Amino acid sequence: MLNRISTYFYLRPRLVLLLFLVPPLVWFLVVYIGALITLLINSFFYLDGFTGQVVREFTLQTYAKLLLPTNLQIFFRTAFMAVLVTIACMIIAFPLSYYMARFAAPRMKGLLYLAVTLPLWTSYVVRVYSWKLILAQEGIISWFARLVHLDGVLQWYLSNDAVGGPSLSVSPTGIFLVFVYIWLPYMIIPIQTALERVPKSLIEASGDLGATPAQTFRTVLLPLAFPGVVAGSIFTFSLTLGDFIVPQLFGTSSFYIGKAVLTYQGTSGNIPLAAAFTMGPIVIMIAYLLIARKLGAFDAL
Amino acid sequence: MRSKSTPQPNGEKAPWTILLGAVGALLFLHVPLFLIFLYSFTTDESAYTFPPPALTLKWFPQAIRNTAMQEALFLTLRVAVLATMAALILGTLAAAAVYRFNFFGKEAISFMLILPLALPGIVTGIAMRSAISLIHIPFSFWTIVIGHATFCVVVVYNNVIARFRRSSNSMLEASMDLGANSFQTFWYVVLPNIGSALLAGGILAFSLSFDEVIVTTFTAGNQQTLPIWIFSQMLKPRNRPITNVTALLVVLITAIPIIIAQRITAQSSDTEGGSK
Repeated sequence: MLNRISTYFYLRPRLVLLLFLVPPLVWFLVVYIGALITLLINSFFYLDGFTGQVVREFTLQTYAKLLLPTNLQIFFRTAFMAVLVTIACMIIAFPLSYYMARFAAPRMKGLLYLAVTLPLWTSYVVRVYSWKLILAQEGIISWFARLVHLDGVLQWYLSNDAVGGPSLSVSPTGIFLVFVYIWLPYMIIPIQTALERVPKSLIEASGDLGATPAQTFRTVLLPLAFPGVVAGSIFTFSLTLGDFIVPQLFGTSSFYIGKAVLTYQGTSGNIPLAAAFTMGPIVIMIAYLLIARKLGAFDAL
Repeated sequence: MRSKSTPQPNGEKAPWTILLGAVGALLFLHVPLFLIFLYSFTTDESAYTFPPPALTLKWFPQAIRNTAMQEALFLTLRVAVLATMAALILGTLAAAAVYRFNFFGKEAISFMLILPLALPGIVTGIAMRSAISLIHIPFSFWTIVIGHATFCVVVVYNNVIARFRRSSNSMLEASMDLGANSFQTFWYVVLPNIGSALLAGGILAFSLSFDEVIVTTFTAGNQQTLPIWIFSQMLKPRNRPITNVTALLVVLITAIPIIIAQRITAQSSDTEGGSK
């Protein structure tokens, strides 16, 4: 009996393909692509201000709302934060990536690789939580500042509106630090992969020809590692754009894209505006990916 | 991503600047996790005082007996198990289809599978929420599972297809030639071959689901998974010692399987896990 079924299927490979492909395909088309399409459709509806109901008629007025100064400010604030986080991640990641790619012995490299990827897989919320402990007014940073008698400097720093707040755990600086911490591994790995492909002979040649280490770094190493840096920046940039947990937990009252989306769809039930807001990161990311592909970032992944 | 053919250092020493930077980055990555460990023993109940005034073990039994925590933990485990099972089935089917057959749109499949992880979580989350509310399905346990399964498929798919690509077709042909039908071939040849890839992919999917918070925020109703419970405790700290202990618990539940999965994939020499 089983043999006959087996033969039946063996003679009909198209049917087997269909049996394999249909479940995942249907799942993704219905659950995911379908959801994305409803998101797109929703962004063309609008919320009636009087009734508080979503009106299902085609309109561009929700998109027009995005151009209000307050909403534009949210976009710029978020993009600016994403740029800062990306740059900081690049700077912090580079020495470690370089060490892994060039100096670490194989065994050491394996350990370092685990050390870098493990935080990626340990709980995101818990890693965010650890910074609640660190940045708290009574936490380790304030303790350290008092220890070296720099608590005055910390107070002065926090009193600046642009970067500070009541404490580090409620300030743009806090958001920035947590973002850098959480996304750093995403930057280390692609840079390391790119650096590994730089032939050692090139660096030696550069030195032999009289370049200082700084010159070698600037004119040889950095251009060759650049695709990896761009690849890493895709992650740090995209993840910062879409995150709402960190701004919600460490932010002052100012909005970021993610927090705005959450608030609009949650408390005010304005799913159309939330949907239109989400199109922002999607468009920015598509543009970013296209530029990154031009710069060769995908070869470095 | 692990390198295979790097020219190995011949006793070359790293400049101290590089070394300092590397050590600094490692400390930056790991000191916060150490603090999680430390704070789960602190006697301080009302603040995050550093250094902890004294250390105690008393929160551990209390945390384990805390009903809110227990409920959240069991919900999270149930979601993770179901989502992982769905991801295993869908991911393996997709991998088999892409590996075995040629068809129109084949390249688009892996792109589509990776989208839920590649796009910011909030896009996936709000998309699902708007879809769910559009067709008036009540938010429930099952909407959480469906959301999780969707972004877990790709890690299983990556692992399984990497294994398929490394295994040779001749084994299948030999099995058929020796008279096995396709069910027997599947059971005795294919399954043992991809077994460890399934295990590794399953573990990764499990921990991905276990600590997911962004998509869950949008697909859950009143249900609180463990990450959401911790998140709500961060917004309004009500029970700091219990939260500290729970945080440590979550690190252990997610980190230990990952180390095991790394071992499994390292042994079979494909480090296909994809990134979050």
